[in-house]
Amino acid sequence: MKALAAGRRHRLAPVVLMTLALLFTGVVYAALAPSPAQAETPSAGEVEAGEKLFIANCSTCHGMNAQGTDHGPSLIGVGAASVHFQVATGRMPMDANQPQAEAKPPQFDEAETQQLAAYVASLGAGPGIPSEEQVDPALGDAANGGLIFRTNCAMCHNAVGAGGALTNGKHAPPLYDSTPTELYEAMLTGPQSMPVFNDATLTPDDKRDIIAYLMEQREPSPGGFSLGALGPVSEGLWAFAIGMSVLIGFAVWIGARSS
Amino acid sequence: MTAATNAPAEKADPRLAAAADFLDTRVGISKIVKEFARKIFPDHWSFLLGEIALYSFIVLLISGTFLTMFFVPSMAETHYPTDALPVTMQGVQMSEAYASTIHMSFHVRGGLLMRQIHHWAALLFVGAMVVHMLRIFFTGAFRRPRELNWLVGFTLLIMGLLAGFSGYSLPDDVLSGNGLRIADGVALAIPIIGSYVSFALFGGEFPGDDIIPRLFTVHILLVPGLILALIAVHLFLIVWHKHTQYPGPGRTQKNVVGFPLFPIYTAKAGGFFFIVFGVIALMGATMSINSVWNYGPYDPSVVSAGAQPDWYMLFLEGSLRLMPGLEVVIGGFTLSLAILIPGVILPGLLFTFLGLYPFIERAVTKDTGEHHLLDRPRNAATRTALGAGFLAVWFVLIGAGANDLIATHFNVSLNLITWIFRILFFVLPVVTFLVTKRICFGLQRKDRELALHGHETGRIVRFASGEFIEVHQPLDEYERWLLVSHDSPAPLQIDPPEDANGVARPGYKKERRWQKLSQFFYEDRIEPVTPAELAAAQSHGEHDELPATEAHEEITSEDSAGQIEARTH
Ligand code: HEC
Ligand code: HEC
Ligand code: HEM
Repeated sequence: MKALAAGRRHRLAPVVLMTLALLFTGVVYAALAPSPAQAETPSAGEVEAGEKLFIANCSTCHGMNAQGTDHGPSLIGVGAASVHFQVATGRMPMDANQPQAEAKPPQFDEAETQQLAAYVASLGAGPGIPSEEQVDPALGDAANGGLIFRTNCAMCHNAVGAGGALTNGKHAPPLYDSTPTELYEAMLTGPQSMPVFNDATLTPDDKRDIIAYLMEQREPSPGGFSLGALGPVSEGLWAFAIGMSVLIGFAVWIGARSS
Repeated sequence: MTAATNAPAEKADPRLAAAADFLDTRVGISKIVKEFARKIFPDHWSFLLGEIALYSFIVLLISGTFLTMFFVPSMAETHYPTDALPVTMQGVQMSEAYASTIHMSFHVRGGLLMRQIHHWAALLFVGAMVVHMLRIFFTGAFRRPRELNWLVGFTLLIMGLLAGFSGYSLPDDVLSGNGLRIADGVALAIPIIGSYVSFALFGGEFPGDDIIPRLFTVHILLVPGLILALIAVHLFLIVWHKHTQYPGPGRTQKNVVGFPLFPIYTAKAGGFFFIVFGVIALMGATMSINSVWNYGPYDPSVVSAGAQPDWYMLFLEGSLRLMPGLEVVIGGFTLSLAILIPGVILPGLLFTFLGLYPFIERAVTKDTGEHHLLDRPRNAATRTALGAGFLAVWFVLIGAGANDLIATHFNVSLNLITWIFRILFFVLPVVTFLVTKRICFGLQRKDRELALHGHETGRIVRFASGEFIEVHQPLDEYERWLLVSHDSPAPLQIDPPEDANGVARPGYKKERRWQKLSQFFYEDRIEPVTPAELAAAQSHGEHDELPATEAHEEITSEDSAGQIEARTH
């Protein structure tokens, strides 16, 4: 016991303890952290089909082996989530030069999108497409999601996800039409001007809570027409466009009744 | 011109008569009633704008009283119950004020309806006040003897803004907190006393725990009380001065043409109250407004996109957004001009100009006469142009306050919009001023033409001499009266700089400055038609009116093929 007591006061004790603590957290994290979610491992056939699609549609900008060109970045290591998000929202293949790649009607169906994602994922490890369960709004806590959304996303996307302006012609799009999977992938991969929210900044549970919150926003507004949920400016416009003009209309009618 | 009010012939209820008699012998009620009932009120739609403000204020009082019964003006911390709606708020930490607002929206019957009615009524109240003020301004209704009432009205506007801002801040959501944060920032930017002002307002460091209870007192007691008292003064002054009227035949500076207050005007006004109430209630029932549960409880670290004040405060937001960052350090003290100029100085200047305008105009034009007939805006070109220029500044500021929405909805870069507005802020008022003035003169010239030559009839006539003329139809008395009755003051005349002996006159420089201002107002002008001109034009007009003796051909309008039909008389 004496030795232990003396050892506790040893000069190096803090260092040793620190190292042990770090090791311990590392081991626990490795054991508990969700493994990169891969719904099911893609077959070789899928990867091959994806490669064909990629060469036909994407290689002009991203290069024959997705190594990147002057027209598009390297995709090695961006992961299946990024490809799935970019292709499913119609952002890729990208149109001519714009401040930001706009979402368009997607050009590929879900199966083809999965093949493209599988191909790019086979080039280097990256975040995978989330599982059904990871994005199920019913399992999330909308109230907590609201809190996280307001501190992390609302400054760009508005408090209910109605969208907002960024500098130099860029903008954060409205989130009303994004599927839960796209929402998750957007957070995970941070498309363009949007920051990446990896699992250390927002845990998978936090992400699911955000999804639950945003799905809750799609319920009809309890107060009547939501008027775009753009806040006081649109309310002011409507106050004049409807209230004021109807009332002045009535005033003109009353004034005209006498003369 | 009072339309006779026939007292109903049927026998009055004896109990009523007794009560009336009681009041009459104590306070002389019959005299007061008679006096008021026989006041004449002219009829024009623009005279009802003030009433819209009045009625929306009444709606505000009624709905607001309901809200006070469920609102808890406290910043104490609480957690929203986990079994109450909306789901997005369950268990969330928030202030009592915010929790009670949400609770009242979801769990008090009629609560959300009342909240929405209250908020729409507030937007319309200030809106109606502004539009009412515009009508007073552009028709010159603020001139002597009504300058004081303009000041009362102006104070009402300020009170309306204060009521709106304090109410907007009560629910303690993210938007109201942001608004208060800006108010705090503006207070802090005031030199020397800034931090004391801020500490005094918030009872310590922002946000503290005091501001909501304090704002509550301001919002439900102080400001409405003042508004109520000022409205009483305002209405009393209207009755005292009698209402102005638009120029027209039979309407002079000495009479008022219209309907007696009772019963005709009362019936109309009463009906209008229900219309205003109805429109606001419909808006409250169908259009959501200020859905505070979406914004979340106030948290100083949260700012969401699209965070803006209500429309009547948007000009302030806009001026803050337009101003480039500017700061000077004097002897270790920082002067944040970036907030001081747009947040204090600019609104101060704009509002001072607005409040004092009747006095400014009177001083400049030296017009001290009484005016009970309104100006047609075109006939007071400089005033109309000044007003339009003022509105231009205001619209630019409002646009700048909504720059992010303009960016997303019209797909333009935010930076570009900001620069455009910065330029417009200086250029647009000047251009608007000049263009409006030109338009007014154009209209005046048109009126002059019309008064002198009458309406064009489209009938073209050729005389035997080969001359073509268009037949003009002279105006009837009434029409002509409207066009020629106004006067058009000339700029101030002053004595020459030197007196008869060639000695410099002492007061000359000062007089010359006033003359310059007067020239600014009246230099460009178009004389209204004088009786002499009219007589001259009419003798010439007879000529226009087809001398029956001369032979002529007429191109009739039904002559679609355009041939000339020969007709000899
Ligand atoms: C017209 C050129 C062009 C084409 C065609 C194109 N891309 Fe892209 N792609 C880009 C550019 C440019 C970017 C970078 C966008 C940015 O970040 O601003 C990009 C980004 C991406 C990203 C995001 C990379 C990251 O860092 O997360 C993915 C994934 C992607 N592309 C996949 C594809 C796929 C799959 C296709 C074919 C279906 C495709 N692209 C076709 C130009 C193109
Ligand atoms: C710095 C501003 C910023 C923040 C913070 C931000 N985003 Fe974004 N977000 C963007 C931009 C910009 C885009 C558009 C990217 C593009 O077009 O490729 C975007 C796109 C998205 C999309 C895709 C929408 C679509 O139309 O397909 C989703 C979903 C999304 N964001 C969710 C989130 C969530 C959830 C958060 C918070 C965790 C968040 N964003 C935080 C800027 C931001
Ligand atoms: C609480 C807000 C207000 C209410 C309830 C109110 C109400 C009224 C009413 C009912 C009238 C008579 C009808 C009319 O001319 O429209 C009137 C006239 C008048 N108001 Fe207001 N008003 C308000 C605010 C203002 C403001 C902001 C101003 C200008 C600064 C103003 C200036 C005047 C003047 C000068 C008149 C006399 C007009 C005339 O005789 O032609 N008022 N007001």
